[in-house]
Amino acid sequence: MRDKPRTIIEKIWDAHTIAVEEGKPDLLYIDLHMVHEVTSPQAFEGLRGAGRTVRRPELTFATMDHNVPTVERTHIRDPISRLQVDTLTRNCQEFGIELADLNSPDNGIVHIIGPELGLTQPGKTIVCGDSHTSTHGAFGALAFGIGTSEVEHVLATQALWQAKPKTLQVKVSGELGPGITAKDVILGIIATYGVNFGAGHIIEFTGEAIRGMTMEERMTICNMSIEAGAKAGLISPDETTFAYLEGRPRVPKGAAFAEAVESWRQLATDEGAAFDRTVELDAAVLQPRVTWGTNPSQGIGIHETIPDPTQAQTPADKKSIEQALAYMGLPAGGKLTDVKVDHVFIGSCTNARISDLRAAAAVVKGRRVAAGVRALVVPGSQRVKAQAEAEKLDEIFEAAGFEWRESGCSMCLSMNPDFVPAGERCASTSNRNFEGRQGKGARTHLVSPAMAAAAAIAGTFVDVREFLAKEAN
Amino acid sequence: MEPIRTHRGRAAVLNRINVDTDQIIPKQFLKRIERTGFGEFLFYDWRYRSDGSLNPDFELNKPEAEGASVLLADHNFGCGSSREHAPWALLDYGFQVIIAPSFADIFYNNCVKNGILPIRLPEIQVYALMEQVMAGHTEVEADLAAQTVGLVGGERFSFAMDAHWRNMLLNGWDEIALTMQLEEQIAAYERRQVIG
Ligand code: SF4
Repeated sequence: MRDKPRTIIEKIWDAHTIAVEEGKPDLLYIDLHMVHEVTSPQAFEGLRGAGRTVRRPELTFATMDHNVPTVERTHIRDPISRLQVDTLTRNCQEFGIELADLNSPDNGIVHIIGPELGLTQPGKTIVCGDSHTSTHGAFGALAFGIGTSEVEHVLATQALWQAKPKTLQVKVSGELGPGITAKDVILGIIATYGVNFGAGHIIEFTGEAIRGMTMEERMTICNMSIEAGAKAGLISPDETTFAYLEGRPRVPKGAAFAEAVESWRQLATDEGAAFDRTVELDAAVLQPRVTWGTNPSQGIGIHETIPDPTQAQTPADKKSIEQALAYMGLPAGGKLTDVKVDHVFIGSCTNARISDLRAAAAVVKGRRVAAGVRALVVPGSQRVKAQAEAEKLDEIFEAAGFEWRESGCSMCLSMNPDFVPAGERCASTSNRNFEGRQGKGARTHLVSPAMAAAAAIAGTFVDVREFLAKEAN
Repeated sequence: MEPIRTHRGRAAVLNRINVDTDQIIPKQFLKRIERTGFGEFLFYDWRYRSDGSLNPDFELNKPEAEGASVLLADHNFGCGSSREHAPWALLDYGFQVIIAPSFADIFYNNCVKNGILPIRLPEIQVYALMEQVMAGHTEVEADLAAQTVGLVGGERFSFAMDAHWRNMLLNGWDEIALTMQLEEQIAAYERRQVIG
């Protein structure tokens, strides 16, 4: 008899279950543990206090990204930031963990370098003390964020107790229109279904729009699964996945690669496998999107009007729209194209890979940043930076008046010196528009790289498609 | 970790939806390398005005919320970043029980690992409790062994919790020590992978 058809989620889960006991969560084996400086010091301290070691240091990989200055990156002026970075160096030495430090060409944002180095592979279980670990799901890996106690647990045991989440299919049909990006798709999904719709679930993104995407676009999609409240988000691997991985430093070579691909092919969700839930989105109807509020579901197409709380369906909605508009300093019923921006940030693990920088550079080329706008490009990793410089994208950005920076998380969460001052407005390619995320009182609007670039030039939000068409005439 | 069996204390109401961990503990306080001392920075941007003085309008700064150890919150509490600094800050401030209609997954786990009891109740019960607390009946009692919670002298509501996490909290067990007892099974799993 043939086995019951399974989703990729069940296949990976079943293959990693060490122990199953009635009434207990499953004990899952972890194949790859990524570590960064912010969520790890207390975990290492815990190990030391209990006299424990790291069980499989070779399955652990560390980087420093959150505190890194984007000007003079090795010169951290803030003593507390420096201590955190130095603590990671010391911990990696003491416990024998490979570290891409600030001088390493492999250094960058944890979720950018995992895929770049080929550490991220289909079928793996991957964890990191960071909620955007879901990014790695783009490769058909089961990747999720954990807290610091769990970081310590994985360091000590290479395993984690996890209750099996439900499965949720998000089917994205249709073809993306010209100028519509993966960022618009994921923002569209979250706006349609809310910031909590994935709670208790692992999402598999399916459908022709997803199949048609490059790996970098798929990473943007999976990256923001957590903004839908999901445990993880992933995509069944296919030829696009294998082509991206071939030749990466940590991927098997030659015959071993062919063998790996054969086993990766078995991972894709079986025909007829059942999900606990399925939701759909037609990508063909999407406009370029901009968030207007203080969570990622509070967004609209560029030609829609900013919501009016008096039209809200429920008192709770009314209150949350009012609170968000007050914080964001936006008029109910207004148009985004009338909203001026003060800052533009192109960066983060959502949108700072090479294709993102190319897309932004294509809009910027030969133009000038509007007067009064400060615009930054922060590549996602040192490799992305080197590649962009090889393509002379840095020159395009600088000629237009952008600042070209070193890699890191930077103004995505502003733990380093880059931030948005109170009351000022930023068009940002990052993933969270929470209050205070980019600085106390900062007003963040999430957009795609092309939309951010167009806003930098125009000085207000614009439809990048119309902007390019108009400028061409 | 301290075992937690029952807890009785004053409740405070945070009547906002989707409270994210960036609000619970803003990023400028994540640079510390210790687990302690985060309480004074809890809800920093809401709790303090820009000149550093207390914001009297913030819920937790009201006199009736003083000394609260039970937090009544709304849907999706603790969403966003996985930072465990959020439960560290809540605990350090004095909260031992958080009651909400829904929690973000990572945050819920992080609470359990630190001896905070997160209680999920149906929305209607949470809102009823909020109303009563705002009306001045602030004493709440939670009983983890019986899995019930309610106002002292009022109706008790049952809540569900995974038996494994419940045992952890009830006994204050060191989860890592427990898992390390399964070393043989973990090693056997690894051997299967190498051969397979
Ligand atoms: S870029 Fe932003 S979201 Fe990504 S890991 Fe860094 S801080 Fe987190």
